[in-house]
Amino acid sequence: MPEFLQQISPAFALILAGVLALAAPSNAIRKVLMIAGPLAGLAMWFMVREPGVYGLVDIGPFTLETFRFDALSRVWALVFLLISFINGIYALHERSRWADAASLIYAGSAVGAVFAGDLLTLFFFWEITAIASAPLIFAAGGAVARRAGLRYLAIQVLSGVLLLGGAALWASQTGSWSFGGMNETGVFDLNSAAGIAILIGFGIKAGFPLLHMWLPDAYPKATGFGAVVLSAFTTKMAIYALARGYAGEEILITIGLIMAVFPVFFAIVENDLRRTLAYALINQLGFMTVAVGVGSELALNGAAANAFVGVIYMALFFMVMGAVLRQTGTVKASELGGLFKSMPVTGFMGVIAGLAVVGAPLFSGFVAKTLILSSVHYEHLTLAYFVLFFASAGVMEQTALKVPFFAFFGQDRGHRVSEAPVGQLVAMGLAAFLCLFIGTQYQALYGLLPFDIDYKPYKLDSVVGQIQILIAGALAFAALIWLKLYPLRGDRTIVDADWLYRYFGDGAARWFAAMGRLFVSWTEQVLGGVFKTIGRSLFNVFSPAGALSKDFPSGLMALWTAIMLAAVLLVAYFSPV
Amino acid sequence: MSDPILLPAALAAHAPALLVAVPLILSTVAAAQPSGRFAWALAFISAAVAFFCAIELFAATRGEYAIVSYAMGGWEPPFGIEFRIDGLNAALLLLLSATALVTLVFGFSTVEDEVDPDKRSLFYSAFMLCFSGLSGVAITGDAFNLFVFLEISSIGTYAIIAMGWSNDRRALTASFNYLVMGTIGATFFVIGIGFLYMATGTLNMADMAARIAELPGNRVVEVGFAFILVGIGLKAALFPLHLWLPNAYAFAPSFVTTFLAATATKVAFYVIIRFSFDVFAIDSGFVQNALTYVVTPLAIAGMIIASAQALFQADARRLLAYSSVAQVGYMLLGLGIATAAGVTAGALHLLNHALMKGALFMALGAFFYSYGVRRIDDLKGLGQAMPAVGGAFTIGALSLIGVPFTAGFISKFYLIQAALQNGWWWAVVAILAASVLAVFYCYRMLVALWVNPKPEPEHLPNGHVRKVPLTILVPLYVFALANLYFGINSEFMVDMARIAAEAAINGGVGR
Repeated sequence: MPEFLQQISPAFALILAGVLALAAPSNAIRKVLMIAGPLAGLAMWFMVREPGVYGLVDIGPFTLETFRFDALSRVWALVFLLISFINGIYALHERSRWADAASLIYAGSAVGAVFAGDLLTLFFFWEITAIASAPLIFAAGGAVARRAGLRYLAIQVLSGVLLLGGAALWASQTGSWSFGGMNETGVFDLNSAAGIAILIGFGIKAGFPLLHMWLPDAYPKATGFGAVVLSAFTTKMAIYALARGYAGEEILITIGLIMAVFPVFFAIVENDLRRTLAYALINQLGFMTVAVGVGSELALNGAAANAFVGVIYMALFFMVMGAVLRQTGTVKASELGGLFKSMPVTGFMGVIAGLAVVGAPLFSGFVAKTLILSSVHYEHLTLAYFVLFFASAGVMEQTALKVPFFAFFGQDRGHRVSEAPVGQLVAMGLAAFLCLFIGTQYQALYGLLPFDIDYKPYKLDSVVGQIQILIAGALAFAALIWLKLYPLRGDRTIVDADWLYRYFGDGAARWFAAMGRLFVSWTEQVLGGVFKTIGRSLFNVFSPAGALSKDFPSGLMALWTAIMLAAVLLVAYFSPV
Repeated sequence: MSDPILLPAALAAHAPALLVAVPLILSTVAAAQPSGRFAWALAFISAAVAFFCAIELFAATRGEYAIVSYAMGGWEPPFGIEFRIDGLNAALLLLLSATALVTLVFGFSTVEDEVDPDKRSLFYSAFMLCFSGLSGVAITGDAFNLFVFLEISSIGTYAIIAMGWSNDRRALTASFNYLVMGTIGATFFVIGIGFLYMATGTLNMADMAARIAELPGNRVVEVGFAFILVGIGLKAALFPLHLWLPNAYAFAPSFVTTFLAATATKVAFYVIIRFSFDVFAIDSGFVQNALTYVVTPLAIAGMIIASAQALFQADARRLLAYSSVAQVGYMLLGLGIATAAGVTAGALHLLNHALMKGALFMALGAFFYSYGVRRIDDLKGLGQAMPAVGGAFTIGALSLIGVPFTAGFISKFYLIQAALQNGWWWAVVAILAASVLAVFYCYRMLVALWVNPKPEPEHLPNGHVRKVPLTILVPLYVFALANLYFGINSEFMVDMARIAAEAAINGGVGR
């Protein structure tokens, strides 16, 4: 194996494949690239190398660290590479040059961001994930998707701008652009504007409450394949950045708890099943954010493990929904039902994904989630523990049962469609296999985690406790269905915080503009009035009559000129020699 | 002067004079021509000559503190008029002449489209006056001569702005307003020069600087500085003295807007640097305080308020004009920081802003040429109808926002760094806030451009679509690709700005 390949970040294998795919003349070549790129990346990941910083690039005064291979970064990179391989198989039946290339470049830059050793490299890949992921939304076509894509792009770029601004401030205070050393967590603090700006930048991508609105706005509007790809990278990359930057910041516990709880309510009433999944995703991110906030070794292991399995089971869930969308043309709960007869394999996969999401024993969610619950328990955060408990039951009810139930079981809406194509089934099968494999062979996952761990997930109390949660959730769901109390299905607009930026933000901008215009005319009037009474002579010297009217601003200008002259003279007069 | 690189030695020795004189003399010839195309050729030749002279002068001033001094008519300074070129104005001259050359190619088709046939030769004549005046301001080392060139350029500018009247009669009032205000500015400037002449007894800027250094605490000098700063601040569209600019840019012919946006305020900005740093000493208290307490707050107010005003314009060129006022704020903020890094950032933004606004205004000119539209609402769907022009416009807009890998990012990055070195974190906040506003107003235009279906031919304002000729596309892409090139390969621009800033701070005319 050539030596130099060990020094190169696997990110570049994916990005190169993406650029080639963009230029590739035929669909077949693109499909080969979609699979070969991630495989090459995986091969590069598995090459034997000491943990360390590789891939140094000198640009002017900066040394960019493009490949920091340490205990924390390698976990995230591995799952990103794995899932992009699975996505490559899932996409075999798609025919979109833009989506293929974008998904590869997007995945590659997410890997690059995870491996970034300094803030400039991080910013660079951070922005590429924003730009490269937008075509996945645009590819859905239509004005709705295009608008959603532009909103998504704007807010993602804003996250990068905040990151850069914060990083520049941070660098000016500390003199270093480094994003922590090897294995270092909790690099930043919240005592400076820099730390807060970077946290908000990370928080946008991690779906913090009130900053999360892009997620349920954009993901359901992407193509079936696009949503699968989108669900994997951006948010988990942000969790990595949070763990690296802010591990142990207590405010993250509060933020995470809110994220874990509030989506439950939105998801219950949501009709679009992919939007339901987007809320479930935020709920999962809440768990991870809590773990980062706790910040102990066990908790960070829990965050890493949860990110690892979360990427896989959320992708599986979105793959199932993507297949449903492809075969039936809809993912609305009110238009689906009884699909199990037509798509039994897909339905089965949906059930597995649901069980993994809620953390049923033997599934991957369980071995990861118990780490977080235990870490919260060990720190004696009783309230947090119970909130997470409730959120687990809620997610059982809202996602794991609701999505498969309304799509595959429930009232038959008469869709008679064929099973999903083979490639999609293989991809879903691989992801489902991973869910089960990690759930049973949990040592494989634990061996990868950043910190050494000696933890047995299958203890009587945790298994029983988890089963209790699940039964409670299932009972609630069954009761709601049986009593016909389940919120009516149908298209409704649910007011979430995206209201803030769609309506309030727009309104605020207009309000400020109106105020600005008022202010300008006010200054014109008041200054004009003042000068008419106390300085008419000066006013007359500089201004022809009626000069304050809008099309003849020369009078106002002359006034300003005089005021500025006076200001400069005053400053000069009182200046030291 | 070192060995010439392009021109024969005999011509190279007179490059400073030729740069200004050729356009000035050819403008009289052009005025007498009946044919607009012939006048265009004369303008193109004069811009090409100026461009070669500028390259020559640029090459000659790359050394440390290298200065080219040219005694007009053999009268040695400080008695005769001196042309004096250092790293600062050499960069500006190169920008000026290169912009003139490229925009003239753009003008070949658009001027025929927008200016009356019998006015075209006069139009080019006035343009050459304006161009030679601006070059003269940039090149001269004599304070009163600078005023004269300023007036020459202004008169040319008033005339070519007014030529937009055949499309929109508001061009006449815009031009008249600019005339009134420009005259106020010029008067202030000449009053300031008068004060300085009273105090020092000389008009040569280098000589003046040496004498001012001997007069600490002299009130006459301070008053002179105040008048000059305000007078030129008006020409540079320093907020709130920018009121002439939006209308002038919005109603002038496309060619004029492009040229002026890329050059006119830049030259005034140069004069502010020249006077604040060289003629007056930056370390004297009143200059320092005026920059910190007057220029900087106004620069920041301009960045925010003008950007907010840009957000709500209906006319695309007015939007960009307000954005220009905001960008002048960025440059002046660099000046207000008043360190080497700050002036470098300001000068860098001066150069890069010329590139982005050049591309943007040319693209708008192309839309007008094909579809006859100026309003943002009318840009709907044009991205799909004219992808090449839309693409160039998008590059310019991204650069204006400051997206990485565009020129705009580089200069904002340097500006933020310079502000942070001074510990001016509030300035960084203002820069980021203004950038976010820029995202919004660019977003508005880009959405109109791309997120709409192609317009139906029968809904066109003037009924038919004209294909955009190469004379528009080539200069448009020269600017657009320059935005990308200098965004990735920023060293050339950064070096140019750094040498310019060093020339301003350390070398200059006096020391």
